Amino acid sequence: MNALLPAPLLLPMAGAAMSIVLGRWRNAQRILGVAVLSAVLACTAVLLARVDRDGTAVVEAGGWPSPIGITLVVDRFAAVMLVLGALMLLGVLVYAIGQGRVEGEEQRHVGFHPVYLVLSAGVMGAFLTGDLFNLFVSFEVMLTASYVLLTLGGRRAQVRAGMTYVVISLVASALFLTAIGFVYASTGTVNLAQLSLAMAELPDGLRQALTLLLLGVFGIKAAVFPLFFWLPDSYPTAPTAVTAVFAGLLTKVGVYAIIRTQTLLVDPLDRPAGLLLVIASLTMLVGVLGAIAQSDVKRILSFHIVSQIGYMIFGLALFSIAGLAGAILYIVHHIVVKTTLFLVGGLIEHRAGSSDLDRIGGLLRTAPVLAVTFLVTALSLAGLPPLSGFVAKFALVDAGIAGEAWAAVGVSLLVSVFTLFSMTKIWAGAFGGETPEDAPTPRPMPALMLGPTLVLAGVAVVIALSAGSLYDLASRAAEDLLDASRYQTEVLGR
Amino acid sequence: MTVVLAAAAAALFGCGTYLLLQRELTRIVLGLALLAHGANLFILLGAGRRGRPAFIGSAPDDAFLDPLPQAFVLTAIVITFGVTTFLLGLAYRSWVLTNDDEVQDDIEDRRVAARIHPTEEEADFAAAAAERDAEEAAAAELTEGGAPS
Repeated sequence: MNALLPAPLLLPMAGAAMSIVLGRWRNAQRILGVAVLSAVLACTAVLLARVDRDGTAVVEAGGWPSPIGITLVVDRFAAVMLVLGALMLLGVLVYAIGQGRVEGEEQRHVGFHPVYLVLSAGVMGAFLTGDLFNLFVSFEVMLTASYVLLTLGGRRAQVRAGMTYVVISLVASALFLTAIGFVYASTGTVNLAQLSLAMAELPDGLRQALTLLLLGVFGIKAAVFPLFFWLPDSYPTAPTAVTAVFAGLLTKVGVYAIIRTQTLLVDPLDRPAGLLLVIASLTMLVGVLGAIAQSDVKRILSFHIVSQIGYMIFGLALFSIAGLAGAILYIVHHIVVKTTLFLVGGLIEHRAGSSDLDRIGGLLRTAPVLAVTFLVTALSLAGLPPLSGFVAKFALVDAGIAGEAWAAVGVSLLVSVFTLFSMTKIWAGAFGGETPEDAPTPRPMPALMLGPTLVLAGVAVVIALSAGSLYDLASRAAEDLLDASRYQTEVLGR
Repeated sequence: MTVVLAAAAAALFGCGTYLLLQRELTRIVLGLALLAHGANLFILLGAGRRGRPAFIGSAPDDAFLDPLPQAFVLTAIVITFGVTTFLLGLAYRSWVLTNDDEVQDDIEDRRVAARIHPTEEEADFAAAAAERDAEEAAAAELTEGGAPS
């Protein structure tokens, strides 16, 4: 059990090193990448089962006891994120291999597989760590890999978007470092469990300043209002497979960090609930309004990421078990559905030669399977019953009504309507209507691209079907999150 | 001395922020470097008074310098160094493609704006798009003609 805990972090790292050695044999690189991520998925699945049965698992890497040593902690929330992360990383890698065979120089680039595995290690590390500084390091590992993946093609649009993305991420990192400096100078520790004890003894003003600083830092990474401008600008320029994994996972690592720090480090009395509710409502609204203005599939979907982040923050802002359970359920649904939608967007682009809605159309007749997949995931994103989005939104709205956050509940329902509207726009533009006369001949869709997309869409359906047991799991995870003393006891052993 | 160092960190943050707001990538890179230095210096300040011993056994327990901030800063410096190198590579690539290291406007944004304010923004977008096309053509020529490998 304990040997299993560092595996999701170590396997991709070792895999990345081996992948560089295998650089000359592309097929070996591909097999290695899929094998490593499959192993990670298996490990995380076992971890989730064990953690859900026995409670939080802790490993002191290197044998030094906490808070001195390197602490890896997996509670139920982290375990859920690990499984989903591994599933998405594996699915998108298979898709990328399929895409690399027919188009896209990036996925054939010798550096793609090693960097992708490093990205995986960073994502897994961020979920695993029980230490603020190691969270910073994991973020950097993940982000540095993402800079490379974003600009691997070296095209003009990529260089332009890459600049914005790298600069804004670096500013966030510098702020994060400053926040760590403040935290360490005032408490003398960066171990999250010990920190949550030490934070309670700080003066009020200092504690609130640290809370807000951490919120701002992770807010940039999670793209919440008003810190989201970099996201719709940079994500669409990357190759589809890369955008899909960015969309599904990267911002959610930021959301994970927000939830973790705001529940664990912040004293229950000065949780910034009101502020978070305002931020959440504005994020939902501004994101979806931005999406309505766009006419490119990838850009529409990118703005929707922002809008969806608002729902997760909304769940957190309620600071109740029902609210957090709703947020966790929403994250689960969102990661799967969003990644699938981007993969569908990539297939549209592959099939019709463009992702600009003004230049494509009529895909319903030429690619019916794709149309059905899009319909299922898009309606799920908008939250129509009986799909996964409905379940997640229902849980959130229910918790919101119980928490008497009427305005935010109203906004979230309104935003659902707008989401449906903008999904209809993609449907009408890409699938409905006639194929434009100057469109290139439709290309066949490779099985390796269509396969993972269908599997992930299937997972979204499974989420909806098993909503009851998933909600129970999310509630148990939320109970763990809201009771900081459980985390402290498990990690510090007292 | 701590006050002087704190002032230095503040100055680094200020200058870094000013440089970040410029459009040339080289200046932004310098700004980010200053910002990172400011953060590092700031963390070092949290270690304790300067001149104290760092090795266990060379002084009484309460007179130690905390070694952990130095480890933090070392890690942070390595990360900043790597990413700065990457950014410089990006600036060079931008210079190869456009003969300029300015951060470009987002064409799609201009297009959306052009739909709302047709008259003034349309001209703006048309100019930007024409500029982009011309530069892309030039860059394509450059890559075809100038890259024998």
